[in-house]
Amino acid sequence: MPMPEHYFELQMLLDQYARMIDEDRLEEWVELFTPDGRYEIISRENLAQGFALPLMLCENRNQIADRVMSLREANVYHIHTDRHILSQLHVQSTADGWRVGANYALFQTNQVGVSTLYSVGRYEDLIREVDGRLLFVSKRVIVDTAAVPSLLATPI
Amino acid sequence: MSPHDYQWPKADCTRIPYGMYRDPDVYTLEQEKIFQGPVWNYLALEAEIPNVGDFRTIEVGDIPVIVNRARDGKVHAFVNRCAHRGATVQRLIHGNAKSHVCCYHHWGYNLEGNLVGVPFARGVEGKGGLPEDFDKKEHCLRKMRVETLNGVIFGTFAQALEPLEEFLDTTFVNQLKRLFNRPIKILGYQRQRIHGNWKLYTDNLRDPNHGGLLHMFQITFGIARLNQTGGAMVDKKARHNMSWAAQDMGKNNSDAEYSTPRENNNLTLKDGSLLQYRKEFPDAYNLTIASIFPNCIFQQIGNTLAVRQIRTKSVGEFEIFWTFYGYTDDDTSMDQHRLRLSNLVGPGGLVSMEDGEAIEIVHRAIAADEDKHAFVEFGGRGPVGDQDNLVTEAPMRGFWMHYCELMGITPGADAHANA
Repeated sequence: MPMPEHYFELQMLLDQYARMIDEDRLEEWVELFTPDGRYEIISRENLAQGFALPLMLCENRNQIADRVMSLREANVYHIHTDRHILSQLHVQSTADGWRVGANYALFQTNQVGVSTLYSVGRYEDLIREVDGRLLFVSKRVIVDTAAVPSLLATPI
Repeated sequence: MSPHDYQWPKADCTRIPYGMYRDPDVYTLEQEKIFQGPVWNYLALEAEIPNVGDFRTIEVGDIPVIVNRARDGKVHAFVNRCAHRGATVQRLIHGNAKSHVCCYHHWGYNLEGNLVGVPFARGVEGKGGLPEDFDKKEHCLRKMRVETLNGVIFGTFAQALEPLEEFLDTTFVNQLKRLFNRPIKILGYQRQRIHGNWKLYTDNLRDPNHGGLLHMFQITFGIARLNQTGGAMVDKKARHNMSWAAQDMGKNNSDAEYSTPRENNNLTLKDGSLLQYRKEFPDAYNLTIASIFPNCIFQQIGNTLAVRQIRTKSVGEFEIFWTFYGYTDDDTSMDQHRLRLSNLVGPGGLVSMEDGEAIEIVHRAIAADEDKHAFVEFGGRGPVGDQDNLVTEAPMRGFWMHYCELMGITPGADAHANA
């Protein structure tokens, strides 16, 4: 049974997660995952039909770091600012760790101040305490917005 | 303005008026002359509708279409718009149905698109209902002619059109037989909404020159190899294009060698599994992107196999609908490998995401100058044939020459001579 302080600590982690993306601190964002941490973005449309095809899949923290390095060094994408809005958390205590769910809305704003709703969906996370720090063992982003506007570069 | 009023200074389409990408009147005419014209449109894959009654609702240009398997075991396709008052008949994007019934007034159609049920056709107690001469046979859903090749479904609205294999021509028939050489399984879908004209994407696909310049992932992390050879092949009318790259046949094709970074480049991925290629075809091609006029692409990028269908939304917006697949005899390890490599392509693809940005920055920047022209001379001028290198955009011109033919435009002629 999660206690209020657990909610608070998990809330802090989710807040850090969103803030590091919104503030373009992606190298620090990578460090919120365990070394074997998995990051997956998949559409609800595929999940509902039993298809495993993701929009983005990183099977460990090295692959997450590679994504970020590729964004920094190689990829060309729309110049924008991200802004996450997260819901209250749904928290379950399991033998594997904390199962945490949250709804998100992600707005993107371009250089001349036009904002659009980029993606809406749900996080389904497995979070565990490692050396006194809460980290993502896996984070699955289930996007309702299966029709990705423009392209998918920065993480959701 | 009228699609025929634009200036095409060169007969070989080395200049393309920007208005072709921005003008709503051009878009309206394309719906008739291109998507409902003498072309075979890609519809779906048979593996998506294996059983009687299985259906998918898709779009051909702006036209909503139901593709399903009827009781005769064959694939049928017809317009998903009720013959009564124009409502969408089948509202789900996929499923299994015994018939398709419009929710508005319950007109029911069988799996071949024939009208089979009209409630209250004779009214109630002799009052109301339809006139006595109403004939169900005259109110079918508009049917497409359908042909399949190795499980790939194509359809056309054209009354007279060469058979599918003739339309595709040898190179592209062989490519489909190569990609669909044995039963496939669907891995899932991706959708990408791009805020630009759909032809900026068909251009992009026929411009292998941008690959090593815009998509820097390959160069930065060593996917594009120095010993890689490539080029482009076209059909007899140069309307279709297949960009290809192959590994050197004389070299060892091991994973280790494939992931060797380029010389003078210190950047390496921490996890190279994304760069592994498992040879699965008897030939040396490790990249083939076959673009069929007008609306589809069959891609093999390493071990990612997918079909992309272009779905127009407006003159300034389209969707790329990606259908990823593998083979039914793939083992668990190959399944996982294909899912891992899907990171390379699609809206979030490490070697493809840039296309969305490239199209949008063109579409935005040309808005004010519809009478100005794009310059298309990489690969030379004149007639378009096979290309023996990747520093070319000539296949783009092949698309445009055929496009102009269908649209009733004569490039190089005085604008007023067009009609």
